[in-house]
Amino acid sequence: MELLNQISENLQNGFDEKVAALTKEAVEKQIQPEEILNNGLVAGMNIIGRKFKNHEIFLPDVLLAARAMNCAMEVLKPLLIKEGIPIRGKVVIGSVKDDLHDIGKNLVAILLEGAGFEIIDLGNDVPADKFIRVAREENADVIGMSALLTTTMPVMKKVVDLVKDEGLYGKIKIIVGGAPVSKEYALEIGADAYSFDGANAVETVESFFPKRGS
Amino acid sequence: MRPVFRLLSNELIERIISEARDILCNLGMEIHNNGVLSMLSDHGAKVDMGTKHVLFTADMIDKALETAPESVKLYDVMGRKTHDLTDHNVYFTPGSAAINILDPESGEIRKPTTADYVEYAKLISRLDNIASQSTAFIPSDVHEKISDSYRLFLSLLYCEKPVVTGAFTIDAFNVMKDLQLAVRGSIDALREKPLTIFSCCPTAPLKWSDVTSQNLVDCAKHFIPVEYISMPLSGFMAPVTLVGSIVQHTAETLSGVVLSQLTQPGTPIIYGGSPAAFDVRYETTPMGAVETQMLDCANNEIGKYLNLPTQAYIALSDAKKLDAQAGLETSMGATLAALAGINNISGPGMLDFESCQSLEKLVVDNEICGMTLRLVRGIEPKEDFPARPIFEELLRDKHLLIANHTRKYLRDEHYFPGAVIDRANSSRWKEEGSLTIGDRAKSEIERLLENYEPTGLSDDVLVEMTQLMKAEAAKFGMNSLPHENL
Repeated sequence: MELLNQISENLQNGFDEKVAALTKEAVEKQIQPEEILNNGLVAGMNIIGRKFKNHEIFLPDVLLAARAMNCAMEVLKPLLIKEGIPIRGKVVIGSVKDDLHDIGKNLVAILLEGAGFEIIDLGNDVPADKFIRVAREENADVIGMSALLTTTMPVMKKVVDLVKDEGLYGKIKIIVGGAPVSKEYALEIGADAYSFDGANAVETVESFFPKRGS
Repeated sequence: MRPVFRLLSNELIERIISEARDILCNLGMEIHNNGVLSMLSDHGAKVDMGTKHVLFTADMIDKALETAPESVKLYDVMGRKTHDLTDHNVYFTPGSAAINILDPESGEIRKPTTADYVEYAKLISRLDNIASQSTAFIPSDVHEKISDSYRLFLSLLYCEKPVVTGAFTIDAFNVMKDLQLAVRGSIDALREKPLTIFSCCPTAPLKWSDVTSQNLVDCAKHFIPVEYISMPLSGFMAPVTLVGSIVQHTAETLSGVVLSQLTQPGTPIIYGGSPAAFDVRYETTPMGAVETQMLDCANNEIGKYLNLPTQAYIALSDAKKLDAQAGLETSMGATLAALAGINNISGPGMLDFESCQSLEKLVVDNEICGMTLRLVRGIEPKEDFPARPIFEELLRDKHLLIANHTRKYLRDEHYFPGAVIDRANSSRWKEEGSLTIGDRAKSEIERLLENYEPTGLSDDVLVEMTQLMKAEAAKFGMNSLPHENL
């Protein structure tokens, strides 16, 4: 549909106000919120993701599109909630205890937020029990942990064990990353996934949820 | 500030030029072409037709330097301006006239075919940092007498970029000129918008052959730009010292300037060269030697001092495969050349002492060129002062990824190489198959060739060029051309 294409195209260009205005127009024209979301916004973000992967566009372009997406979501969110349509998940994220490095974690948080996830950033030096407490309180879907030091990596395992103890294993997905962390380590401690960079983290977290859009 | 690398003081340059002039006027040169000797004689040079020996005069050198233009412009096949060879402008062109190609599949060095050449020309059309084509290697599946003109023909057929080329015989010049006339439409249009540069090589020490001096004269008659490719070999066919080799290079190149300008005052010329150190251990002429590169840069300084556009064979390697040596020698040469402001930098793609072209290496070298082109743009403030506002924004927003300042300057301030340069973190690199630079170059070639777009030349021009080439081939008993069967 022409209007949804316009939403997608303006989103790809990062025109946030225009995307929000077009989204409002679509709602007024009685287009289903879920259709606007899937065939307008998410369709645009999917193109952005593909272009980013092919190096046709860069991180700032992705973030600008993401910002446009978020503007539109402010219009759509109440409608989606009213209709009981699930919106994108909630992610609790942080650098683990005794680790003061947070550049990588911040980038992942920025990108996840851009992709439409709700982010609760616990910052750095986060103790294991805090991840699980906040995730429970906030009803989060995902815990994301980052470590840059080999000495702080064991905190990740502690969090996985706590999630298991609480009977939330499988319900709350756990994703880990950071320079010394590897796919093998993630498997070994029982995390659900490992990501090697921000864009890969978005892809991975998205894979935890049912696929939407074209 | 445009960063500039210099090796010679003005005082040393003046001394070198004066010594070179002394050699031309008092020791003279051997020129194996009676027409050229007569022309020199008519202009007051002392000529011995028997020994083919000529003593130049100071006056003819001065006059030649006065009439030689200080810039050479090039235009692509479609007539768009692509080059202004002057000042410190730099452009890259593939190393030319290799007799071999590095086979991408087997990794073996072998004789190239027409199919290789067509792939090469298509590839060059997609490499942004390589501004011109060169007739980079010699297809072995055509008669050797048309191997020079056929390269030019294929280049003009498959790629729009201007061509650095050269004739192997006196006769070949004609069809190579006619192919250009077919593209431009008339001799005046070709003069207005030069399409090619012809490389003309004196023979060390202090000689011109019949063919190369005649090519030079024929180019001048048609205002076709030439670059002189003097090739002193330090310690063998030239003094072992760098200064001594530069004196010889200056004398040989100045003699070329005189021949061109006497034939046609104002004809476009380029002060080029392919000097080399001589490796007395291997009996080879290492193009990747630091001394070779120093000679190239220094000769360029002499050319600049004489207000002439410059060229050198410098961004290339002596390695036999796409290995670390290939990368380091090419990078060092490209970097020095760009910093020195050599206007036409020849070399990309070339391996094995200018004898082997590699498409993989071209794709890698395209990135080296991109990086050096960025380097010479230097560091300039861009809305950086006062500095406080952007730092206030950074502290407020926690990052600058989508700041207006970032969006405005990202692509201009930073050069982003293609997929051939590995910048993934190690996990991602492993995830994507632990590819080597050769693997990445291969898939990049595939991608670029898939995106090839034919040139915009009209069918009439294509037909005319094909008729010209077929007539030339027929002279040597070839009734069809290999590209027709691709």
